[in-house]
Amino acid sequence: MAAEQAKVDPMHQFTIEPLFGTGHWEIAGYNIAFTNSALWMALTTLALLVFVAGGVKRQLVPGRWQMAVEGFTGFIDNLLAANIGPAGKKYVPYIFSLFMFILFANLLGLLPLALLGVHPFTPTSHFTVTGVLAVLSFAIVLIVGFWRHGFHFFSLFVPHGTPIWLMWLIPFIELISFLVRPFSLALRLFVAMMAGHVLLEVLSSFVIDSANSGPLWGGIVGLPSFILMVAICALELLVAGIQAYVFALLTSLYLNDAENLH
Amino acid sequence: MPQISQFAATYSSQVFWMLVFFGFIFFFIGRGMVPRVMATVEARDKQIAGDLAAAEAARTAADAEEAAWRTHANAQRAEAQAVIAKAKADAAKAGEVRLAKAGAAIDARLTEADTRIAKARAKAAGEIETVASEAAGSIAARIAGLTVDSAEAKAAVKEALNG
Repeated sequence: MAAEQAKVDPMHQFTIEPLFGTGHWEIAGYNIAFTNSALWMALTTLALLVFVAGGVKRQLVPGRWQMAVEGFTGFIDNLLAANIGPAGKKYVPYIFSLFMFILFANLLGLLPLALLGVHPFTPTSHFTVTGVLAVLSFAIVLIVGFWRHGFHFFSLFVPHGTPIWLMWLIPFIELISFLVRPFSLALRLFVAMMAGHVLLEVLSSFVIDSANSGPLWGGIVGLPSFILMVAICALELLVAGIQAYVFALLTSLYLNDAENLH
Repeated sequence: MPQISQFAATYSSQVFWMLVFFGFIFFFIGRGMVPRVMATVEARDKQIAGDLAAAEAARTAADAEEAAWRTHANAQRAEAQAVIAKAKADAAKAGEVRLAKAGAAIDARLTEADTRIAKARAKAAGEIETVASEAAGSIAARIAGLTVDSAEAKAAVKEALNG
């Protein structure tokens, strides 16, 4: 297989390359080297900072930029108001940060910077990164739930109208579905982002390899693959938004459980 | 799959930098800037709602004013029409009175003229009788040689004139 290996390795784009601080940047023995992943998180943060800072002009009649930022905050506000109610207002900063970080990281990872020789990296295609976000969300749900309802929070595992004779089974199923939440949150985002990038990379290797083997194969395989790539790029832009939305939506639904309990 | 093969070597740095950057986003952007953006939106919504309420109040006031003005105008119009009707009636009455007066004057003059005409006619008729009787007397005297009494001649002329 090694001899037939494509010139483009579809998994190479997810490789983490330490940029600096590999050897001696440590906290309690844990390595905290500044990698390309950290760089793209930093770029995401910077882009988000610039974007939101452009919207804090506080003009009574907003310009386009301010309208865009207010559109996003209003969107998150509506999402929380619809799913949690008036109590959801206090989660706007967290859900906004979550949604915007995921959205910006996804979109920045899709930038065609390879044309300039820079390799874009998508932090959200690593389950370590999405896992941190999922665990954060799950921890907030647990803390809010036990803070507001105490041990009564366990009644979440007994839905309304559970027949008495199923009492031994339903809470068990509910508990498992509850415990699976952080994993589903983290894996959904990571898999969606990784799959899209791998697909684009595989198709691009088709284009390159078939074009290298001559105009015939380039026309039969390469051209359709290229057209497909263009369409999938559009799809990936959609997925970038949808996955950010799904993460924010599910987090707000879980927060609703914690806030309002059934 | 680098996510798994590099996991052991890189998880600590990924988690660390993720927490650093997400913490920055949450505390600086999420809690620092987003509330200000939302406060702006809220202030604008409040202002718009206030302006709309003020406009609504102004419209209600304008409607009330218009209704009051309309009532007033209707009253004034009715008053004006009453004045016009009265003036018309007065004018008609005055006209009738003057007409009646003028008619009476004309009637009086007509009667007087009739009287004068009748008098003139009677006088004329009397004169004709006198002239005729004198003529008849002189004709009778000249032709027949008769001397006719003037009273007799007058009676005969009267008889001949009146049938």
